[in-house]
Amino acid sequence: MKLIFEKSMPGHRSDLLPALDVPAFDLPASMKRAEKPALPELSETEVSRHYTELVQQVHGVNCGFYPLGSCTMKYNPRIDEETAALEGFTHVHPLADERDTAGCRKVLETAKELLCEITGMDDMTFEPAAGAHGEFTGVLLIKQYHKSRGDEARRKIIVPDSAHGTNPATAAMCGFDVVNIASGPDGLVDLDALKAALGPDVAGLMLTNPNTVGLFDSNILEITRLVHEAGGLCYYDGANLNAVMGVVRPGDMGFDCVHLNLHKTFATPHGGGGPGAGAVGCKAFLADFLPRSVTMDGEGRLQVRSFAGNFLVVVKALTYILTLGREGIPEAAENAVLNANYLMEKIKGTFEPAFDRVCMHEFVLTLDKYKKETGVSALDVAKSLIDYGMHPPTMYFPLIVHEALMLEPTETESKATLDEAAEIFRKLYKQGFEDPETMRTAPHHAVIGRPDEVRAARNPILRWKKEE
Amino acid sequence: MGSYIPSSEAERREMLEALGMESVRELYKDVPESVLLDRPLNLPEGLSEMEVRAKLEDMAKLNRNYRTILRGAGAYDHYIPSIVRYIPAKEEFLTAYTPYQAEMSQGVLQSIFEYQTMICELTGMDVSNASVYDGASAAAEAAAMCRDRKRSVTLISETVHPDVINTVRTYCYGANAELKVVPAKDGKTDLAALKEMLAADTAGVIFQQPNFFGLFEDAEEIIAAVHEAGAMAVMSCNPIALAVMKTPGELGADVAVGEGQPLGLPLGFGGPYLGFMATTQKHMRRLPGRIVGETVDSRGGRAYVLSLQAREQHIRREKASSNICSNEALCALTAGLYMATMGPDGMAEVARQCMAKAHYLAQKLIEAGCRLEYSGRFFHEFVTRQENCREILGALSDEGILGGLLLPDGESILWCVTEKASKEALDEVADIVKEALA
Ligand SMILES: Cc1ncc(COP(=O)(O)O)c(C=O)c1O
Repeated sequence: MKLIFEKSMPGHRSDLLPALDVPAFDLPASMKRAEKPALPELSETEVSRHYTELVQQVHGVNCGFYPLGSCTMKYNPRIDEETAALEGFTHVHPLADERDTAGCRKVLETAKELLCEITGMDDMTFEPAAGAHGEFTGVLLIKQYHKSRGDEARRKIIVPDSAHGTNPATAAMCGFDVVNIASGPDGLVDLDALKAALGPDVAGLMLTNPNTVGLFDSNILEITRLVHEAGGLCYYDGANLNAVMGVVRPGDMGFDCVHLNLHKTFATPHGGGGPGAGAVGCKAFLADFLPRSVTMDGEGRLQVRSFAGNFLVVVKALTYILTLGREGIPEAAENAVLNANYLMEKIKGTFEPAFDRVCMHEFVLTLDKYKKETGVSALDVAKSLIDYGMHPPTMYFPLIVHEALMLEPTETESKATLDEAAEIFRKLYKQGFEDPETMRTAPHHAVIGRPDEVRAARNPILRWKKEE
Repeated sequence: MGSYIPSSEAERREMLEALGMESVRELYKDVPESVLLDRPLNLPEGLSEMEVRAKLEDMAKLNRNYRTILRGAGAYDHYIPSIVRYIPAKEEFLTAYTPYQAEMSQGVLQSIFEYQTMICELTGMDVSNASVYDGASAAAEAAAMCRDRKRSVTLISETVHPDVINTVRTYCYGANAELKVVPAKDGKTDLAALKEMLAADTAGVIFQQPNFFGLFEDAEEIIAAVHEAGAMAVMSCNPIALAVMKTPGELGADVAVGEGQPLGLPLGFGGPYLGFMATTQKHMRRLPGRIVGETVDSRGGRAYVLSLQAREQHIRREKASSNICSNEALCALTAGLYMATMGPDGMAEVARQCMAKAHYLAQKLIEAGCRLEYSGRFFHEFVTRQENCREILGALSDEGILGGLLLPDGESILWCVTEKASKEALDEVADIVKEALA
C-alpha cells in the first residue's frame, strides 16, 4: 500500500483550531527553520482511510490465536481501556498539586498494595515504563544496596544462558560485568556452575522462574540461599509470573526485588510494541532506594524517567486485578498452565518438546531433528502458520534450544482454539516430509511474502524520501 | 467475579483427562511444597464489569479536572483532535505485540516507518528510531550514544528539565560514567562556563530548546563550542516548537531527542508518553532501540521490517547499545497520526498560537504587577516573579484554572500557555492575579 506521504496533496487539511484571538507573534527570521517540515497534507477522510488500510494489515489478539512465547498475549479486556480513558484520569497534569490528584494516587496506592501481595514484596514503584526499564531500576537497587554498605567490590551479576537478552544488557547498563552460567541438560540452573560463579565479587543473580524454557526450577530455595550466603541479592524477572500468580510468590522464593510486566501478566495491551509498564517491587530493606517519582527532588535518588510512570497503563492493570480478585488471579495462572500442557500434549508425537515433562505456562519445541530430516526450519514452520491465520510462536529463543519454537497459549484461549492449533501443527509436521518447498517459501497468503532482512540491514532505508 | 477464561468446567476436565490428571494442582508438582502459597491471596473478591467500572469512576472523581491548564514543565495540554483519540483504540493496533513477524504486522511496521520519517522531517535529522520510553530516558540514552573509550563525561545544562537531569544522572550512575552540570546565567546555559568545562574527555553535551524556563538557548554558539572540543551535541527539543524553530539538523546537532507527549497524547498524570530520538547518518548504528527499515519481499514488492537488529539486546546481549525491548509504539503511532492530521501548516499554527498566547499572558501579567524573571526570547513558557505566589495559584484554582508551576524558591512561577487557552480565559487569569497582588 501507499505510504501516507504518497497520498499527500498540497492544500488538503483539517480545520481544527479557532482563529487566533490575541495579537499574532512570530519568531525573527534568524530563529526560524528554513523550510516547513514535509509532513503529509491530508483531509480527515483521507487520514481515516489511511489508518484503516494500515489496521487491516495487523494481527492482534482480537484477530486470532497469538501463542507468542514469553509475551503472554492474553485477551486485553475492553473495560480496562474505558477506565483508563476516563477524563478524570487523562486530564490530570503530572505536576498538579497533591490535593488535586487524590484519585491518581489512590490508583497507585491500591495497585501497589495488591501487587505487593501477589509478589510477596514490601514496596513498589511504577516509574519504569517496561520490563527492561524495570530490570534497569531493580539492578540499580542492588547496586545502591552494596554501595550503601561500602561493599563496592561486587562488580559481577550472574545471568543464566537461558535468560532473555534484556537481562545481560541490563546488568551491563548498570555497570556490572556479566557472568553467563550454562544451564544444565534439564534446562535449569546448574547448581555447580552457580556455586563456582559465586564469590565476594558477585552483586547478584538475575533469574526468571518459571524460566524461559517454561520450567519451574525446583531448586529455587537452594539457589536463592546460595546467592544470599555469598552476599549477593536475587533479582526476579517477572515476565513469566502469569504461570504462578496466586500460587507461589517471588518473595517467598527468596527474591529481593522483582519487575512485573503489567503488559503481559496483567492484561494491558502491547500496542504493537508498547507502551507497557514495568512495576518494580522490593523487600523492605531495599525500599529506601526506590525511585520516588518526585520532580525536582534533587540529587541522590534514582529516577529512570519523568513523572510517575505510565500511569494510564497502571489504571488498566488495576482494573484487571480488581476484576479477577482473590480467586481469579490464581485461576488465571492455573488455566494458563493447563492450556500450555494440553497444547503440548496434543502436539506431542509430531514436533518434539525440548523438555518432555510437565511445563508451566509455556513450552519450547525443538525442530533440530526435524530440520535435519526435512530441511524445514523453525522459521519455515513459523511462516507456514501465518497462512492459517495464526501468529507464530517465539522463534529461536531461548538460545539454549536449537531450532526453538516457544508456545504460550495463555488462559484466555478455549479448548477448541487449542485443538485447532494442534491440528495445524500436526498438518504442518507431515507437510514437511511431503512438500517441504511450500513451507520453505511460506507464507503464501499474507499481504507480503518473506521480506529480505539482509538487504534491509545492508542497505538501510529508514525513512521515506520524495523521489527526485 | 470477572474472568476471561473461555473454557467451561467440563472442557477443563476433558483437558485434564487428556493429561491423565485429576487436578490442575498436579501441574505444579515442580514447585516445592514449602514455597507454595498455603492461603488465598489477601486480595478483595473479584468484581463484575459493572462494579469495577463504578469503582474506577469513583477513583477518577477524586481528581480535580481543570477547565484551563497553564502548567507545562514537561507535560503540555494541547488540543487532541477526535480522530487522534479514535484510531489508536482500534483493537488490532492496540493488542498486537512488537512486529517480529513482518508478514502479519505490515500495518504496525509501516506506521512506525512513517513516524520515523515525520520525526526526521521535524528535527531535520537523517535517522529516527521507533521511540523510547519518554523524553528523559531519550536524553539518557543519547548520553550513552556519545560515550566511547576515550570520552566518557557527559555535560548537561542546568536549564534542562530537572527530571531529565536526574534521569541522565541515574543512567550515568549505572554506567559508572561522570555527569557534570553546566551552570545557568540569566535563565540560559552559561556559554563561558560551558567552554571552560569542555575537555578532551567530554563525550556529549545535552541542552534543551526551548529550555526548562521556556527560553530559547543560543544553540548555534553552544553547538559550535561543543564541536570545537570534539564532543557531540545533544539537543532536547519541544516537538511543537520544531514546527517553526531552527531544527537540530540545521544547527548541526548530532542527536535530537525530546518528549513526544505534545503530539496528541493526553496529560494522563505522566504517561504513557513518548521519547523521540534521531541522529545523523554517521551515528546511525549507535542509535538504541527498534528501527524499522524498508526492503523488498519474496514477490519483489515493498515491505517493512525491524532492521539493524545487530545493535539490540536480543542479539548482542551484554554488548547491546541499550537494554530497551518494548518501547512506546502505540504512542508513536498516535504522534504520527497527530502530525498527519495537523499537517505542516496545522503544526506551525499550533506553535504560533502557543507563542502568541504565551506572550499575551506575559504582557497581561506584567500589567497586573508581576515581573518577568528573564529578558530572553521565549516560546510558550515563561517565569514571573511576584509576591503572594501561593495566593495567586490558590485563587486561580478556585476558579477552575490550574496556574503555572511554583518554582522551588517559592517566589516565582513557570507559566505555560497553549492554543487551548482563550483570550477570555487569559484576561480572567490576569484579573485574578491582579486582585491577589492588590
Ligand atoms: C523473559 C523476559 N524478560 C524481559 C523482557 C523485557 O520486557 P519489555 O519488553 O517489557 O522491556 C521480556 C519481554 O519480551 C521477557 O520475555
